[in-house]
Amino acid sequence: MAVAAIREYSFAPLDLEEKFHGNRLLYVGWDDHLMFCAPLAFPLPPTMPFRDLVEKVLPPAYSYHPDFARIDWAAVQWFKSGQPWQPQWDESLEQNGLRHKDVIRFRTPGLTGLQGSCS
Amino acid sequence: MDMQVAKKKLGLKEKYQVMTRDLDWTPTYQKMEDIYPYVHYEGIKIHDWDRWEDPFRLTMDAYWKYQAEKEKKLYAIIDAYAQNNGHLNVTDARYINTVKLFLTGVSPLEYMAHRGFAHVGRAFPGLGPRVACLMQSLDEMRHLQTQVHAISNYNKYYNGFHDFRQWYDRVWYLSVPKSFFDDAITAGPFEFMVAIGFSFEYVLTNLLFVPFVSGAAYNGDMGTMAYGFSAQSDEARHMTLGLEVIKFILEQDPDNLPIVQRWIDKWTWRGYRVLTLVAMMMDYMLPKRTMSWKEAWEIYFEENGGALFRDLSRYGIRMPKCAETIALEKDHLSHQAWCTFYNYTAATAFHTWIPTEDEMQWLSAKYPESFDKYYRPRWDFWREQAAKGNRFYNTTLPMLCQTCQVPMLFTEPGDPTKICYRETDYEGMKYHFCSDHCKEIFEHEPEKYVQAWLPVHQIYQGNCFPEGTDPTAEGFDPLKAVLQWYNIVHGRDNLDFEGSEDQRNFAAWRAQATRNV
Repeated sequence: MAVAAIREYSFAPLDLEEKFHGNRLLYVGWDDHLMFCAPLAFPLPPTMPFRDLVEKVLPPAYSYHPDFARIDWAAVQWFKSGQPWQPQWDESLEQNGLRHKDVIRFRTPGLTGLQGSCS
Repeated sequence: MDMQVAKKKLGLKEKYQVMTRDLDWTPTYQKMEDIYPYVHYEGIKIHDWDRWEDPFRLTMDAYWKYQAEKEKKLYAIIDAYAQNNGHLNVTDARYINTVKLFLTGVSPLEYMAHRGFAHVGRAFPGLGPRVACLMQSLDEMRHLQTQVHAISNYNKYYNGFHDFRQWYDRVWYLSVPKSFFDDAITAGPFEFMVAIGFSFEYVLTNLLFVPFVSGAAYNGDMGTMAYGFSAQSDEARHMTLGLEVIKFILEQDPDNLPIVQRWIDKWTWRGYRVLTLVAMMMDYMLPKRTMSWKEAWEIYFEENGGALFRDLSRYGIRMPKCAETIALEKDHLSHQAWCTFYNYTAATAFHTWIPTEDEMQWLSAKYPESFDKYYRPRWDFWREQAAKGNRFYNTTLPMLCQTCQVPMLFTEPGDPTKICYRETDYEGMKYHFCSDHCKEIFEHEPEKYVQAWLPVHQIYQGNCFPEGTDPTAEGFDPLKAVLQWYNIVHGRDNLDFEGSEDQRNFAAWRAQATRNV
């Protein structure tokens, strides 16, 4: 549907990729750990290796949770836009097919939050 | 001798006719469509504006008289409250944070409503609704003024009151009420009336004002109670106007029904998302609680709203379809919201805290299906950590919903363990939503919502730092810069209530007032 308007109605989106100074937005959610109230938003260079996301970007964001240190990364299940997805750790975010404003989630089998409450 | 002839006094009915309807005229040298350019493009068909029935038959001269009386009484109470240091009689200084939330999140909406009703009043060719909108526009301005006057007393003593106007435009969580109202005033006049006049003022207002005003009464805040009651008599008129508008539009043409139904669906949902702030206020912020959010929703929406929509079914209107989703959220909404503010308290203009054990027992009793199972473990863990000096702060900014702008904190309908993710592609870019309803609102008018000013994205674009800030400089602290731009003082206006200046001052002043210290 188109917006109802008295004349032509067309404006640029506010969040085009070029406005982020070379970064792209990537949203990341950790399933079953709702102590972090919502998925997180990161501005990241598309050339960043996926490994750096996991080893450098996520720890300061999530390591407060006692489950974080227990994650077996080899067993982690990844999802992109809700679909199962296999990232290549030594390829860049770009090479892994991550575009501006993509959303990925990770599920950590066996780890379901504080006392299994998904917190 | 000449006889003095008594001037004939107008009867009420004549007076109404003379002072409202008779003020109108039919233009001869300008075209109607040039004078009223906004009245057709939304697709609403009105055939006879004279069929509008004024529920109140109030004329402007009587309006001024009534309002002046109300003001006199109100300001007498506010003055007495201020002169007697009434603020020291509230139950607990934590309560004052609900007043901060009201001033920053609700009062600016009164001003926007003033603007909105002035605008749509001008846009309608019918004189009846025009006069009604004029009065409501003035009421809304009065509400803002009385709230600011009453609350300014708190600003003399407590933090977090000093810049509500700027915060409304800048602070992340206030973009939720702001975007709600900006959406309404940028819609056409009929949509605005259904959005604000009906969905907000009629369907949802009891969930906004009653909790704040009865919360004030329960917690000893006479000032807030006084402006609440003063506004209430106006609200009765607004509610009647909202209902009259719906009936009038629906009676004019059968083609209006699907448009109005879609607006009711949209605006009940938009309004409900704003009420997330009220839910957490009721369940977590009031030291002395009135009722739970869930109970309020059941009484004011499910029972009262249910009766309203049954009544409207003779026009073909049905219950807003989001009601089912909302029923599934009512056990979770307030907990998820307060947890979010606990996560991001470093960037709020009010204090947060962990509920006490007593309060957790109250929450368990009110939410037997959800609190102990899903939320108590979080609070227990956070309390344990805070006691060890390891208070939890979420240091990464959250993903937001493109439509309601609330962080993506809501869970799947029926599964409180999974965040609800929805997305759509539009012109080569992805957009994300907290719910099917927000997604549907976007998809109906994507051209509008791609312009959303999402606080998280604006921070990452570098638009929320003081002028001259260099974000590439070594040691740049983005949180510090954002707080400066907000005009929130770190360590004073934000963070925990425990250990705050508000807490210390309140305790010291109350001791001076009640003991020989």
